[in-house]
Amino acid sequence: MPVARITPTPEVGDLFTLVRDIGDAELRPRADPAEASGDYPRDVLRLIGRSGLLGLPYDDDVGGGAQPYEVYLQVLEELAMRWATVALGVSVHTLACWPLAAFGTAEQRKRWLPDMVSGELSGAYCLSEPHAGSDAAALSTRAVRDGEHYVLTGTKAWVTHGGQADFYTVFARTSDGGSRGISCFLVPADAGGLSFGTPERKMGLNASPTTLVYLDEVRVPTERRLGDEGDGFGIALQALDSGRLGIAAIATGLGQAALEASVSYAKEREQFGQPIITHQGVGFMLADMAAAVESARALYLTAASRRDAGLAYRHQASVAKLVATDNAMRVTTDAVQVFGGAGYVRDYPVERYFREAKVMQIFEGTNQIQRLVIARDLERNGT
Amino acid sequence: MKIVVLVKHVPDAAADRTFHEADHTTDRVGVDGILSELDEYAVEEALKLAGSESGEVIALTMGPEGSADAIKRALQMGADSGVHVVDDALHGSDALATSHVLAEAIGKIGEVDLVLTGMASTDGGMSVVPAMLAERLGFAHIGFVGEMSVDGGTVRARRDSDVTETVEAATPAIVSVTDQINEPRYPSFKGIMAAKKKPVESWSLADLGVAAEQVGLDAAWSQVQSVTKRPERTQGEVVTDDGDGGIKLAEFLASRKFI
Repeated sequence: MPVARITPTPEVGDLFTLVRDIGDAELRPRADPAEASGDYPRDVLRLIGRSGLLGLPYDDDVGGGAQPYEVYLQVLEELAMRWATVALGVSVHTLACWPLAAFGTAEQRKRWLPDMVSGELSGAYCLSEPHAGSDAAALSTRAVRDGEHYVLTGTKAWVTHGGQADFYTVFARTSDGGSRGISCFLVPADAGGLSFGTPERKMGLNASPTTLVYLDEVRVPTERRLGDEGDGFGIALQALDSGRLGIAAIATGLGQAALEASVSYAKEREQFGQPIITHQGVGFMLADMAAAVESARALYLTAASRRDAGLAYRHQASVAKLVATDNAMRVTTDAVQVFGGAGYVRDYPVERYFREAKVMQIFEGTNQIQRLVIARDLERNGT
Repeated sequence: MKIVVLVKHVPDAAADRTFHEADHTTDRVGVDGILSELDEYAVEEALKLAGSESGEVIALTMGPEGSADAIKRALQMGADSGVHVVDDALHGSDALATSHVLAEAIGKIGEVDLVLTGMASTDGGMSVVPAMLAERLGFAHIGFVGEMSVDGGTVRARRDSDVTETVEAATPAIVSVTDQINEPRYPSFKGIMAAKKKPVESWSLADLGVAAEQVGLDAAWSQVQSVTKRPERTQGEVVTDDGDGGIKLAEFLASRKFI
């Protein structure tokens, strides 16, 4: 049974059907082999783009789908149920488009956004550096003004789609002064001086390339600066508020996939003469998994509806990211337990889900940073 | 170039398909319906031909209310408009009646250059409607086509069967296509949004000047007397190899006359 979804219009119902069709036919069968070989599914991302899924939350005047976050996030969840790498690709791309969509001038939006949100291009988001992770304001990549250009030099780390993306949304320092000295730039992949490290050898999500990005005197025209000089850190944090909702939805989808695999295995697998789902020890574990997945879904949808209504949602986005990814870790761990020995081998997908869940507690703000965001909000604004 | 593509709404083959108890016709209500997968190839080919020749693609179906979903799918893929022939009297129509009604509908659409269909429906699967239609309309008919092109008033097509033939016909023509001809596209979200604004006409038998007595179960040349569910698959026989596994295997195959 497909997950019951909120479908504000019949077209959204058709959209979910389309995503499930593409997911079942093009994603699910390829996930296992591609994760084993580490082959980035560029062609799948192109198909996703042709299907109009790379710009769902952006305005229709720039070629986006003009859908509320509530809809976009459920699409991400459906994709993640079938292949987390692809869902992550869509989420990171959407994140990389956000600074231009939200902070670009009318001229900048008109010039670059349609190709980014309505087609097959994919984007990458370059904020972290080897020595500036959670403390992003400590980044040291420099952007030095030289006439009508900025010259960018530095190293970015943990960049999803590094070496594969068509554009890079890069945060770099235009002046000293901590978080107030950072600016945001839209850098095309063919910019001279841009190069990439070899893909990291990761625990999971191996079909999604993660690399260092080297900027060696990359000349970027001033017209490619998004927002004013010094606005960069605020842009980065606001982009991450939206990005975290994407991660919450992806973690929910991964948990849902682990739950579905576990329930179907527990109904088939017999021990002591009966399906193990009827043993209370297993049945209760599955019940807790279902509760964890459904509460994660409810949280990201709550945050999304606040965002869609134009209300503040930073606090709720952090709560959703924190709970959904912690829940995904627990659910995928329990899924391995439900499968027993079979869960520890690569013949079943839950071993992979378990490895994929871990990074979700880490990227787009570790869950410790989410707690920091929530605690600061409590300190400033109360409950 | 005006292309009509025939789109049939059929019960999803992945679901449990049943028949009505009273008259043994296909239950089209109690099961999820989809656009017959073989017709998706016809839609794709129509869109490709229309795209290169700046043509118009009209999706035509005949069937109960829910059949409009087949048209919707074609519109989401990119067809320009739809025609749905719907009338209670059509219930139980055979291929002869179907071809009669569709021929009238194509006549009413008018000035059609090309009619494209799948090589069969994934429910009835008789594959006779295209030929019957061609006969009724006086169109050329090329069946089971794996590759085709249209140049001016000429259709050129490759038919794959025991031998491969390349044939030509003058338009107007009816072409049924196989699943080798192309890779049907997925709809896009833009296609989904655009489809709701595309025109779909609904025609009754009266609109087509067809009498109710000419169609439906009573007019069918053959009627289904009984239906039997295919027996559940039983577990195969497991042969334990106690050193004589080969002999047992050969005996089993011989008993089923495989060797």
